[in-house]
Amino acid sequence: MSAPDQTPDQAPNQAEAKPERRLNMIEAINDALDISMQRDENVVVMGEDVGYFGGVFRCTAGLQEKHGKNRVFDTPISECGIIAAAVGMGAYGLRPVPEIQFADYIYPGLDQLISEAARLRYRSAAEYIAPMTVRSPFGGGIFGGQTHSQSPEAIFAHVSGLKTVIPATPYDAKGLLISAIEDNDPVIFFEPKRIYNGPFSGYYDKPVQPWKKFDQSVVPEGHYTIPLGKARLATEGEQVTILAYGTMVHVVEAVCKEKGIEADVLDLRTIVPLDIEAIEASVKKTGRCLIVHEATRTAGFGAELSALVTERCFYHLEAPVERVTGFDTPYPHSLEWAYFPGPIRIGEALDKILKD
Amino acid sequence: MADRPDPQAQAGHNAPGLSLHVPEPKFRPGDAVDFSHVDVGEPGKQPRPDETCAPETMRDFAYGLVRVLGDDNRAHGPWDPKLDPETLRTMLGHMAMTRAFDERMFRGQRQGKTSFYMKCTGEEATSVAASMALASDDMVFPSYRQQGILIQRGYPLIEMINQIYSNRGDKLKGRQLPIMYSSKEHSFFTISGNLATQTPQAVGWAMASAIKGDTRIAATWVGEGSTAEGDFHSACLFATVYNAPVILNVINNQWAISSFSGFAGAERTTFAARALGYGLAGLRVDGNDPLACYAAEQWAANRARANAGPTLIEFFTYRAEGHSTSDDPSGYRSAQEREEWPLGDPVMRLKNHLIELGEWDEERQEKMDLEAAEHVKKVTKEAEANGILGHGLHHPFRTMFEDVFEELPWHLKEQAEQAIHERETKFPGGLPNEGKGA
Repeated sequence: MSAPDQTPDQAPNQAEAKPERRLNMIEAINDALDISMQRDENVVVMGEDVGYFGGVFRCTAGLQEKHGKNRVFDTPISECGIIAAAVGMGAYGLRPVPEIQFADYIYPGLDQLISEAARLRYRSAAEYIAPMTVRSPFGGGIFGGQTHSQSPEAIFAHVSGLKTVIPATPYDAKGLLISAIEDNDPVIFFEPKRIYNGPFSGYYDKPVQPWKKFDQSVVPEGHYTIPLGKARLATEGEQVTILAYGTMVHVVEAVCKEKGIEADVLDLRTIVPLDIEAIEASVKKTGRCLIVHEATRTAGFGAELSALVTERCFYHLEAPVERVTGFDTPYPHSLEWAYFPGPIRIGEALDKILKD
Repeated sequence: MADRPDPQAQAGHNAPGLSLHVPEPKFRPGDAVDFSHVDVGEPGKQPRPDETCAPETMRDFAYGLVRVLGDDNRAHGPWDPKLDPETLRTMLGHMAMTRAFDERMFRGQRQGKTSFYMKCTGEEATSVAASMALASDDMVFPSYRQQGILIQRGYPLIEMINQIYSNRGDKLKGRQLPIMYSSKEHSFFTISGNLATQTPQAVGWAMASAIKGDTRIAATWVGEGSTAEGDFHSACLFATVYNAPVILNVINNQWAISSFSGFAGAERTTFAARALGYGLAGLRVDGNDPLACYAAEQWAANRARANAGPTLIEFFTYRAEGHSTSDDPSGYRSAQEREEWPLGDPVMRLKNHLIELGEWDEERQEKMDLEAAEHVKKVTKEAEANGILGHGLHHPFRTMFEDVFEELPWHLKEQAEQAIHERETKFPGGLPNEGKGA
C-alpha cells in the first residue's frame, strides 16, 4: 500500500522507496501533533502529564523535548482550567490542543466547553473564535470501570457549535487530527483507547493483533488531512447498512465476517457535522440499518441516527432501524463483557434485521 | 488514644450539639444602618511596595485598604499616582458619561425599548480609573458591570445602544442579551452570561502573550459573588503556576443579587487575602477612590509587564443600585445602606478633589453632566432610528444560523430554510421593515 499523498518524484524508484511505515494509533496521533506543531508555530499542546513525561498513553512523547516547554507543557489537575486557558489562548490567536486525560474527566471542563468554546464565534458575531482541539481517550473494553470507560459523545453532539470526531484507524487518526487542529471551530477529538495498539474484534478472550498487521496502520510521513464531516465506507455490501464509529467499527466488521453478512459498514469518523449523504445513499441501497455504539442507549447518538434514517429513508426501509448500544447503566468493572455491545448482541440484531 | 471519643458514650454527651452557621447580613429592609464596624483605615497610610516584591510580603495589603483620597479631598501618601489635572478631568468625564449612559438605558428599559439593563452606579471608578492605567491594547476580560471600560476606550456609544436594542445596527446581530458587548477592536472580550468563565480565560490569554514573547498583558473583572465559582480557583492557580501576566480584579460590591458577600466567604476574610494562599500578589483597594483604583491597577500592570507575576486586586465598593432592571433591592436590604456607605461616591470624590486642586468647579461639573446627558440622549435617538427591540428592525432572519460554525453545515442550512419558510407563511408579503429573506 503506497502513501496516498506521495508524489512520483518523492519515490523515484522501487529500490530507493522508503519502506512502508506502519504506526499504531498512538504513534499516528503523536505524528499528527508533531507535524502540526512544525507547520504552525501557534499550535500548543497542554494537559495533565503531557509534557516531560509524554502523556499517560504516550501520545505526546518526545514533543516537549523537540518543541520546547513553551509549546508543550504540563498543567495543574484542573479540566476547567485547561479548557478555559485554551479558550483564552484561542482568543489571543493560538491554536491550542489541550488533552483531557480520560473522557470520563471532561465534565469539570463542560461549562467552558459548552458555554464558552462552543458559543464564542456565535455570541461575538465571529470577532472571537475558539480554534482548539480537545483530545481525549474514550470508550471501554479495557476493564476501566466506571471512570475510565465512558463514551460521552452524545453530550457534545447536542451542543451547537462543537464538532465531534472519532477515528477508528491509525491512518484516519493522523489525518483527522491534523484537520481538527487546522479547523477554526472547536473540535472534540475522542480517541478510542481500546484500539490504540490494535483493532478489537469484540472477542476479549482472543489475543489482540497489533496494528502493524493491518494496512490501516500504513501512515504516510508528512502532512495529509482527512476532511471532517466525511464518513468512510469500511466494508461494502448490499444486505444491510451498519453505522458505527471508533472501536465498534472493528467489532461489527468481525461479526459480519464471521456470519458471512455483506454489509455497508460506515465508519462515521465525524458525528457532528454528520455525513448524511453517505448514510442516506447506503440505507437507500440496502433498505436496512443497524446502529452500533458503546455509549448508553437512551438519548445516545444512536437515537439521532435512528431518527435521521427513519425521516429520510422511511420508504426505502424493509425493517425497523435497530440500535445496539451499551446498557443504560454506569460502566461496570467486573461485568464489563456483559455490558459491552459485543458479537452476540450485534449478531442477534443483524439476524433480526435480516429475518425477511 | 486518650483523646479519641468513647464509642460507648451517648452521641453528643458532654458536648454541645453542632449547629449550622448560615450567614445573615447586618441590615435588612427597614433597618437603621451603622457601618462603624467597617474598618476603612486612613488614606495615605499604606506604604507602596516595589512592584516586584514577593507575594508573601503583602499580607497587610491583602487585609488593609489602599486609599489615596481623604475626607479633605486631597491625595495622600505613596499611592498617589500624581496624575495631571487634564487626566483627572478626563477620568471624571468618563465616569460621568458612564453614569449618564446608565441612567438613560435604565429608563429605556422601563419604556419598553429593550428587555434588560444593568447599571454600575457607584462602581464607575473600578472600571474607568482601572482601565486608564492599562495600555489600550491590553486585553480586558470583563464581567457585565464594566461598561466604563468601553466608554474609557472610546467605543462608540451608538454601538452600545444598538447592542442593547438588538436592532439592525447591532454588531452582534441581535444574538446576545443586552449589555453582553464585544469589541475586538477595543481589546474587549465578548461578555458571557456564565459567571467567572472569563477569569481563567484571561489567564490563558496572558499565557499566550507570554508564550509569544509579546508585551501585552491581560486583565479580568469578576464580582465577589462569582469568586465562589470553581473557575475563579482555576484562574488563581493557573495564574500563579505559569506566572501569567494578568490582573485579577475582584469587584467586591457587597451584593450578589440578593446575597450579601458573606455567602461568598467575606465574613471571616477578605477577597484579596485569597491571593496569599495561591502565592499571588494581593491588594485590597478603596474601590470608590478613583486615584487608588488607578494606582493599584498601574502597580499590578507594572508587575505583570516586568514578568514579576500576576496580581489579585479586591476593589472594596458598594453596588448602589439594584442588580439589574429585573431586581428590586428593597426586598432584601436597607435603603439606608447606600447613603451610609463609608466610602462615599466615586464621582463626587473625584469632583471634589479636582475642585480642591483648583482645577474644577461646580459650574463646570453641572455643564459637564448636562452635556453628557444631552449627548447620550442624542445618540440614543440615532440608535433608535436603527430600531428598538421587537419592532422589526433587526438583522435578517438567516443570520440566526450563521457563525455557529465557520461554515454552515447541512443541518443548519435545512433549518434555516425551514425558518424562512415559516416566516413567509406567517407574513406572505414580507414585513415592511425587513429585507429579502428576512
